[in-house]
Amino acid sequence: MSPVLKRPKEKFTLPSKYLLFLLTCVCIAIMILSFKTPALNTPLNSIAGVLLVPFQNGISEVGGWISDKSDQLMEIKDVLEENQRLKAEVDRLTIENTKFQQERYELNQLRQLLKLDEEYSEYEKIGAQIIARDSSNWFSSFTINKGSNDGIQINCNVMAGSGLVGRVTDVGPNYAKVTSIIEDNNNTSGLLLSTGDHLIVTGDLTTMPKGMIAFNKLVDNDNKAAVGDKIVTSNISNHYLPGILIGYISSIETDSNNLTKSGTLTTAVDFEHLEDVLVIMELKQTIQ
Amino acid sequence: MLSVLVCIFFVFICFLLQSTVFPHLAFGGIIPNLMIVVTASYGFMRGRKSGLLVGFFSGLIMDIFSSGVLGFYALIYMYIGYLNGVFKKMFFPEDIKLPIALIIGSDFLYNIIIYVLIFLLKGRFQFSYYFLNIIIPEMVYTIIVTCILYPLLLLLENLLERREKEGASKIV
Repeated sequence: MSPVLKRPKEKFTLPSKYLLFLLTCVCIAIMILSFKTPALNTPLNSIAGVLLVPFQNGISEVGGWISDKSDQLMEIKDVLEENQRLKAEVDRLTIENTKFQQERYELNQLRQLLKLDEEYSEYEKIGAQIIARDSSNWFSSFTINKGSNDGIQINCNVMAGSGLVGRVTDVGPNYAKVTSIIEDNNNTSGLLLSTGDHLIVTGDLTTMPKGMIAFNKLVDNDNKAAVGDKIVTSNISNHYLPGILIGYISSIETDSNNLTKSGTLTTAVDFEHLEDVLVIMELKQTIQ
Repeated sequence: MLSVLVCIFFVFICFLLQSTVFPHLAFGGIIPNLMIVVTASYGFMRGRKSGLLVGFFSGLIMDIFSSGVLGFYALIYMYIGYLNGVFKKMFFPEDIKLPIALIIGSDFLYNIIIYVLIFLLKGRFQFSYYFLNIIIPEMVYTIIVTCILYPLLLLLENLLERREKEGASKIV
């Protein structure tokens, strides 16, 4: 027998310094890559879609059920009081409604005369539920439970109620990421409905807790823009379909250049309590 | 092997909690940063390499589900994990002061980096607003959550270590 003992092979280990350097390079590489092309997103998204989204779906469903139940218990007293108040309001509104119906009839006739389509309600929409929110406090994007399997594409517009929420920026097989208009690094091209002037709506983290975001670059030479005016998505935006309500002006001031105006607007959507959204399946036509 | 699985499990659970459960438990719209607790804890408990790997992967998961550039959070978390690993020499399981201090420091560093790289460069100069309304509340909430999460991490780590030692003594 040979006296040579077989020495256990030493495990190969990389010193942490080199590993750090290597992974830094990897990070920078994927940052540049994902900035240039969305090629890297597809495999990662499908992995995430399989691994994490089912859990998020389940948790948000259970969480929704629990918060529903607790809300029900807490709100029953309020609801009774509110019922009284609402009954009175129903009477008032019924009277108002008849008036509006007459006006609507007139409006429809006028529209037909102008051959204006009521574009807003014609878009095909699907409902989706928010299953996860951005995990940092700096941004407000979120994940919904419908994805490319349901026909959602990147840049689909997302609404809630009658207001604009944002657009789909990334899509996986069973989920989609939505970037909202209130996000601090997001700009939306808007239109002031009363005067037809264009402006830029910018998300702002500092005014968001009050439900407001900023707008700027409004050219309003006739000084007609006023607090309470409606702002809708503009027809020159390259992602958003025209005429979707963004919000109402809540403050306005002239910029120091005396040419443009800026201020804040109250969003039509309550972003704080957003649970369900509508995704418009139609994409904005753009010239490539 | 088991310790790696435990690690993955914690990163997964923390991400799920942070993205689905805590938005319902937010105080004034602020959610705690569980990923930083896990990254920092593994950093000072197991050393530089574990710290940077846990940081890299937890950052990558956050990247996939956030709207920014892929690899951005991965880079920040990786360096935070690595920096915490440097303190392994000073770490004793009985001492609670150092972990708390390191987690606060990490969270502060993370928020400052995000403020400088994304907000300051865009011309948002009201640092005091962001500091008082986002950074400080997040740090406070994170510390409260740390008091629950960190003992759990430490307990599992001790169990695993004991198991490993027993296994090693059997072979000898």
